[in-house]
Amino acid sequence: MTNPTRRTVIATGAATALTATGGLITPARAQGLAPTPTMRGGSNNYRPDAPIVDKIGGGGFWMSGTVRRAGDGTPLEGIRIQIWAHTTEGHERDWHSHGATLTDASGVFRLEMPQIVPAFGQAHGHLAYDSGDFETVFLRPVMPSPNDTSLTADFVLQPA
Amino acid sequence: MIRSVAIWAGLGIATLVPIAIAATSPLLQWREPVYIIAGFAGVIALANLLLQPLLAMGVLPGLSAQQTRRTHRILGALLVAAIVVHVGGLWITSPPDVIDALTFTSPTPFSAWGVIAMWAAFSAAALALIRKRLKIRPTLWRIGHTILVSIIAIGTIIHAILIDGTMGITSKLALCALVALALGLAIRTLRPWAGLKRRSTTQN
Repeated sequence: MTNPTRRTVIATGAATALTATGGLITPARAQGLAPTPTMRGGSNNYRPDAPIVDKIGGGGFWMSGTVRRAGDGTPLEGIRIQIWAHTTEGHERDWHSHGATLTDASGVFRLEMPQIVPAFGQAHGHLAYDSGDFETVFLRPVMPSPNDTSLTADFVLQPA
Repeated sequence: MIRSVAIWAGLGIATLVPIAIAATSPLLQWREPVYIIAGFAGVIALANLLLQPLLAMGVLPGLSAQQTRRTHRILGALLVAAIVVHVGGLWITSPPDVIDALTFTSPTPFSAWGVIAMWAAFSAAALALIRKRLKIRPTLWRIGHTILVSIIAIGTIIHAILIDGTMGITSKLALCALVALALGLAIRTLRPWAGLKRRSTTQN
């Protein structure tokens, strides 16, 4: 597994910042969409290779979002996104709290899962792109309200 | 007599009602026992912070001066124990989240405040243990202890308020306000810096 450690994330970030301020990647920026950076704590309790499922557990809550390519913003089809959270049916570390889905032709993913409940101070979800063709990204979106019944998170991926 | 009953009853309500509300939180049904215990250790630690300044002031009725000092020390030790259970229980529940908090790399701002309060509490306890061997002036000791306990109280209050947890919002805010009030009153009454002023006046 090639999960980015904090060190590699910081190193990549620092390197990007350096090249960006040096003007080396100005053409890429001019072209548009910057890749989504991994969020702090995004990979916490990640259990790689969860199965692709129609629904995690009993459902009732919707996690959705889009996946696009960095630069030109082309929607990416067939991208595997893994999702997990502390829900009414289990802790983040539980296997049954994890599931994955694929994006459709317009780069949209949508997976039903149990209701996310506040844990470790915030109601939040976790999403991972970790399939190798693009650089790995872990997201940790926070729900504006713990009563929400859906949450979205968008990926812009950088080819590996 | 009536006054002392009223004070103890008031304290009982102020500390036990938030704990009782936490005990009926719907969040508990989706948590494992070790996570529940960790959460309660946090609530108990917060309630503890209301009693400590009052004991320091010696205003709790029915306790002799010696009993007051002993209770203050015992509650100080219990605070450290509660923090250890809180952090330990959270660690067992989700190790990476606690490692992020302890290394100040957590995405959640409240965890840093909790960790700061934790280190302040450990420092205050360690200094209390070696107080006699330190052989520092009582005034300096009081100022140092006051700074540390202020960090504990303020850090804990911010930590608690920012968290979406088992305590009810109203009871949490009320208990936090009382903790801040008790701390402020204790500092104003005990004037830990008073010895400094007196000394500098005599020197002049």
